[in-house]
Amino acid sequence: MIKIQFFASLRERLGQAKMNVEYNGELTVEALKQQLLTRGEDWQALSGNNVLCALNQSICKPDTIINDGDEIAFFPPVTGG
Amino acid sequence: MISIQHEDFDLNHEYLQLRDCNDGDGAIVTFSGLVRDYNADGSVSGLFLEHYPGMTEKSLMDICVQARAKWPLGQIRIIHRIGQLNANEQIVFVGVTSAHRAAAFSAAEFIMDYLKTQAPIWKQEHSAKGPKWVEAKDSDVTAANKW
Repeated sequence: MIKIQFFASLRERLGQAKMNVEYNGELTVEALKQQLLTRGEDWQALSGNNVLCALNQSICKPDTIINDGDEIAFFPPVTGG
Repeated sequence: MISIQHEDFDLNHEYLQLRDCNDGDGAIVTFSGLVRDYNADGSVSGLFLEHYPGMTEKSLMDICVQARAKWPLGQIRIIHRIGQLNANEQIVFVGVTSAHRAAAFSAAEFIMDYLKTQAPIWKQEHSAKGPKWVEAKDSDVTAANKW
């Protein structure tokens, strides 16, 4: 099982903040994103090239491998401060 | 110390804390950010701030580690508020102590520049036109890249 979270405008466009997904493979973050994109039109929100991804609460690259139990998050560029 | 909180903060209290805890440092630099009451499209009545609990604290700790690697610093205090804030309210505080002012000024600016581009916090502005997520600015990335 992996936990996937979405934040801010991405959370609103997808209509959900988090989801748990059964996992026993060796996917990269990019491959996971491609799988999510096949879920329907709303999910195209993930395809923007400014969407950031974090693995276990650190920003990660698209080719980072996901392990079972990991926490993945997708979000837009940050605007705090 | 890092705090992510809904509550407001008291500048004088934070300053006194930095002063009391400091180990002979000769400089204290503090920065406080406020919610602006305008944006490019007009007036803003307030903000909603969302963050990624856990990662926000982790990224701010990482920024402190990077700042300490660059300058000889004593205390570092970061407060970032989240939730619903009205225009002109305090939103962020950074306080840094060091032996001399140059390092304290630089470190405070570095922490703010990095916080704005690294910490997973998002602003939604509220105005007469309704809520709107703020878009990241290239100028913030440029500011962070200068370090």
